[in-house]
Amino acid sequence: MPHRKIGFGLRSIGHSLIDGVWRLGYASRFFFVTLISSGASFRRIHLTIREIYFSGVMSLIIIIVSGLFVGMVLGLQGYETLQKYGSESALGSLVALSLVRELGPVLAALLFASRAGSAITAEIGLMKATEQISAMEMMAVDPISRVVAPRFWAGVISMPLLAAMFSAIGVFGGYLVGVVLIGVDEGSFWSQMQAAVDFRQDIVNGVIKSVVFGIAVTAIALFEGYDAPPTAEGVSHATTRTVVTSALAVLALDFILTAFMFRGV
Amino acid sequence: MERTTLDLWVGAFVVGGLIALTILAFKVGNLGGYDGSEAYMVYGEFDNIGGLKIKAPIKSSGVVVGRVADIQFDNGKFRARVSMRIGKQFQFPKDTSAAILTSGLLGEQYIGLEAGGDEANLKNGDKFRLTQSAMVLEQLIGQFLFSKASEDGDKKKADGGDKKAVAQ
Repeated sequence: MPHRKIGFGLRSIGHSLIDGVWRLGYASRFFFVTLISSGASFRRIHLTIREIYFSGVMSLIIIIVSGLFVGMVLGLQGYETLQKYGSESALGSLVALSLVRELGPVLAALLFASRAGSAITAEIGLMKATEQISAMEMMAVDPISRVVAPRFWAGVISMPLLAAMFSAIGVFGGYLVGVVLIGVDEGSFWSQMQAAVDFRQDIVNGVIKSVVFGIAVTAIALFEGYDAPPTAEGVSHATTRTVVTSALAVLALDFILTAFMFRGV
Repeated sequence: MERTTLDLWVGAFVVGGLIALTILAFKVGNLGGYDGSEAYMVYGEFDNIGGLKIKAPIKSSGVVVGRVADIQFDNGKFRARVSMRIGKQFQFPKDTSAAILTSGLLGEQYIGLEAGGDEANLKNGDKFRLTQSAMVLEQLIGQFLFSKASEDGDKKKADGGDKKAVAQ
């Protein structure tokens, strides 16, 4: 019966569409409730500090090592291309601008999503699966303000700091390869960099980007954890979705923010 | 509530992040560079500013003495009006000339100041009387072709003025 098959297909498309819109609405409400009940994460700051330790401090190693290598690769590749035009002294501005504007915030956010975001999702998903969240509700403890909001603010605070460290270490990596290894003139490396990088236009915009990415990645990770089906499979799916969704969200947001920030620069 | 080693790590993390931001601002960015509030504004009118941009450096003898503050089009005179912010410690005579120059072959454009001999110095709001526009490659080539053609067509009366213009 072909018409029955068509009907089934239509129904499943409609179902997934309605389900997606439903989930989006639930996620928005979850986000606003988190914002509203985040008073406790500042009144009892040790909750937030604990989470900064787990998501921020624990991501330091991967951020620093990747930043160093990204900067070194930029130095090598930038030199290869620039020396064809005899302008290898512009290496400093190339390395610094690409790190501060794009690579620092974006790569730090992607690393943060896979290092800290997945951990947040797995933790909250398991808390739900082992009914710790329900137990809190039974004791009249609001799980959103006790569990979710501190993790959210920890992510929002950690992300710009991590991105700044990524960029700074990356510039140092570019310096190591460009100046120490290859022998680009040190004075022109720094002076061209300082002439090209504007504080308001480049650095502040990079920080704004990383704050937005921090909000997006942490909110996605928290929601996926909170919404995960309380099974082993559900938690594993949610963790995967966190990494995929936040990577896509970071890249899409980056395009939008770049279009707004660097128009005509 | 007591102090824990966790607090130490978080504190070190925050301090590290702030240090990174400071390095970005002062070592990588231009916040540490010259941008003192002690400055005066002068302006100049140019026929053509080429690719000059706001914040382009103003140099005298190759030393940065200020930055371009604003570029506007004067609809009465049909010329570009460039406002320049020059550091207070750099005083120039009133008949100083300003030229739009290019650093290197493909480099950025900047304004070069050539000091004159006047005894009085430029003050806030003064105007450069002598300005030289940016060089436009098409005009330069056109001028060259024109002078070449007139040279070939009339060899005896080779026009020296045009040649001079090209040489300049």
